[in-house]
Amino acid sequence: MEEVKPQLIKITFDGIEVEVEPGTTIMQAARKIAEADESQGHLVPPAMCYYKPLPTSGGKCRACLVRVAAGSAKDPRPMPKLVPSCITQVQEGMIVENTTNPAVLDTRKSIVEFLLINHPLDCPVCDQAGECHLQDFSFEHGSVKTRYEEDRRTFDKIDIGPFVQLHMTRCILCYRCVYTADQITNKRVHGVMNRGDASEISTYIEKAIDNDFSGNVIDVCPVGALTDKTYRFKSRVWFSKPEDAHCDCDKCSGKVTLWYRGDEVIRVTARKNMWGEVNEFICNKCRFERKKTSDWVIEGPTKVKRSSVISANKYRKDLIAKPDFSLKLAATQFKPIDDEREYTTDIETVRHQSIENNDKANHRSLLTGNRN
Amino acid sequence: MARKILTEHINVPGIETFEVYRKQGGYAAVEKAIKTMSSEEVVEEAKKSGIRGRGGAGFPMGMKWGFLAKPEGIPRYLVCNADESEPGTFKDHHLMKSIPHLLIEGMIVSSYALGANKSFIYVRGELMYVIRILEKAIEEAKANGFLGKNILGSGYDLELVVQPGGGAYICGEETALLESLEGKRGNPRNKPPFPAVKGLYQSPTVVNNVESIANMPWVINNGGDAYAAIGIGRSTGTKLISASGHIQKPGVYEIELGLSVDEFLNSDEYCGGIRKGHYLKALVAGGSSVPILPAHLITKTAAGEDRLMSYESLSDGGFATGTMLGSGGFIVFDETACIVRNTWNFSRFYHHESCGQCSPCREGTGWMEKVLHRIEHGHGSMHDIDLLVDVAKKIEGNTICPLGDAAAWPIASAIRHFREEFEWHINSPKEATQPGAVFMGAVLA
Repeated sequence: MEEVKPQLIKITFDGIEVEVEPGTTIMQAARKIAEADESQGHLVPPAMCYYKPLPTSGGKCRACLVRVAAGSAKDPRPMPKLVPSCITQVQEGMIVENTTNPAVLDTRKSIVEFLLINHPLDCPVCDQAGECHLQDFSFEHGSVKTRYEEDRRTFDKIDIGPFVQLHMTRCILCYRCVYTADQITNKRVHGVMNRGDASEISTYIEKAIDNDFSGNVIDVCPVGALTDKTYRFKSRVWFSKPEDAHCDCDKCSGKVTLWYRGDEVIRVTARKNMWGEVNEFICNKCRFERKKTSDWVIEGPTKVKRSSVISANKYRKDLIAKPDFSLKLAATQFKPIDDEREYTTDIETVRHQSIENNDKANHRSLLTGNRN
Repeated sequence: MARKILTEHINVPGIETFEVYRKQGGYAAVEKAIKTMSSEEVVEEAKKSGIRGRGGAGFPMGMKWGFLAKPEGIPRYLVCNADESEPGTFKDHHLMKSIPHLLIEGMIVSSYALGANKSFIYVRGELMYVIRILEKAIEEAKANGFLGKNILGSGYDLELVVQPGGGAYICGEETALLESLEGKRGNPRNKPPFPAVKGLYQSPTVVNNVESIANMPWVINNGGDAYAAIGIGRSTGTKLISASGHIQKPGVYEIELGLSVDEFLNSDEYCGGIRKGHYLKALVAGGSSVPILPAHLITKTAAGEDRLMSYESLSDGGFATGTMLGSGGFIVFDETACIVRNTWNFSRFYHHESCGQCSPCREGTGWMEKVLHRIEHGHGSMHDIDLLVDVAKKIEGNTICPLGDAAAWPIASAIRHFREEFEWHINSPKEATQPGAVFMGAVLA
């Protein structure tokens, strides 16, 4: 029998037409666009709580809210509210506005502000710096200032098990670790306590996470709340060199990324895709106990995006593609300040300068031998 | 006297017992529905009645029933939302404790219509005595053949379970209620899928308010058309209003939808007017979550017509000049009420009750409450007012469930209509934060 392929659904996302399978979410459709053309990566809505390998995740952080300007070909009315793109399924003829809609970007800015209320900006000392999704999210969508003047909550660090440390002060309640513990480990002992802004991730009284796959909560944590005790503060991510490797493991796939500093393996993590999501969860033995090169079969250098801090060794505005709308907004709302430099409000000039700077940066990194 | 549907027999001595309730014509609707009508015909009557959900949203009940998926081999559930816990709303409580068999009868009729063989009444956990009253009524109904196996020899089975709530306001949101009913933390679910497709235990489920369900016996006895003839426009039937605040006669009243706000507030049959020697300052028409209105917008709509107690008339003019009927929590403030303190008080409630799942509500409700706390205690600054408006705007419509909206609307509307009072608190903190201090400025002049 010939396999019957499902009829594809055509939607328009930020003016780009894309065909996807029925049941696909708006987020997946955006990711499909970016997979086909990496330069469109900026179109993908940010996700702090959604994590594809964890079913039922998503819909909580509201970072990925988009505007549906037309629900479907059958019913072209716009949806009354912004919708979470990570859980909203596409319909034939749907028109979605993401970076092309000012209300979406404005809301996204406010989500950064909300998330940073109880997340300290201690990137210089945080172990997650350079790999933090919130850092990226606030860099691309946030405001330079906060309007929050009240006291912020603080917590003591808690060791949950021999390998994982929880610093609740940095937690943004994305629930990813809860889903991980729920879905891939047995005997879950940790979850969410309390309500509202008093909510916190915690373990059952004096219980530790003691499970072969407990280390995966570290990989799914988008910020520096759950960290690897065997790696904490040993290095910065941009000083380390990632290599793909595998081993013959009887508990997991054994496919990992080894993080080298010099000849020393300082950390082992699961391999992540371009969205920062692990491809396969790994066991604790691979993660915490196999820290010698001889334990592994090295496959080769991990592919890292050019714009990543791991690759570029620094955060730079011109390495992160900004949507046109933001550039236009910046140009139109531009306020000259009193100094001698010359400014332009011409969008094309701004873009041209950006590309020029980018080329220079690449040239410099090639000269200094940095691998991209 | 206005027509009564729910409270006609509420003052009959002993009406909480099966015997007295039956003598007043109780359970006739069950007999009629089960013996002479098909389940589709009962749904049709509900649709004809035009009755809208009395929990606050006002969605047509018959239409909601029509959405229920009916796959073969999968149970369907009816869940009665009796988790009433919004400040200023206490009508369901009054109905359940006074005339429990009315709700039981409504549950039987509605369950039959939906093809549910097991139904739940999820009652606010604090109301343990009401739970005992309902359980006793269920036992009586069961003993008389109206519940259990083979009801009235029809072959239809129904088990009715009373479930104490989790003690959280959020458990009144229908999907959080279902989570709580399943024994989990009461967090709202993402929608879709809606409960009508995947609800309790992943089965098709209808969640209705106590008052909505309690109307069904009358609808079956008298016909959907007769019900639709009561009320005004698309606001059909009667509505229980829980009136509180600075009025002569606080209490629960059944009104015919379409009654003027002026008459409800001032006539002796209902609230009896503002307490003596005082005058009206502001009013919340539908429970603490709906926008507050100042005195000059209460009795007339934007078009200059009498404002009526109906879904449409109260919301006339949008949020600029209107509000919502909501759950019917009618809270009245005279000139001795401090709007800033009241707003802060509402805000404390929503901050405390936010489930904490989604970022805007979790962080935003706390932020707004803290800013209001500062203003109320004399530490506010002028830019706090615009900050509150902006934060409320960023929460509104961006959360998983309507609790975010409920937290934002009272604050946004209070600032919209009583901005001078907030400014007075900020500019004259020594005066404004004195015990009993009330703004007597331009708004009231």
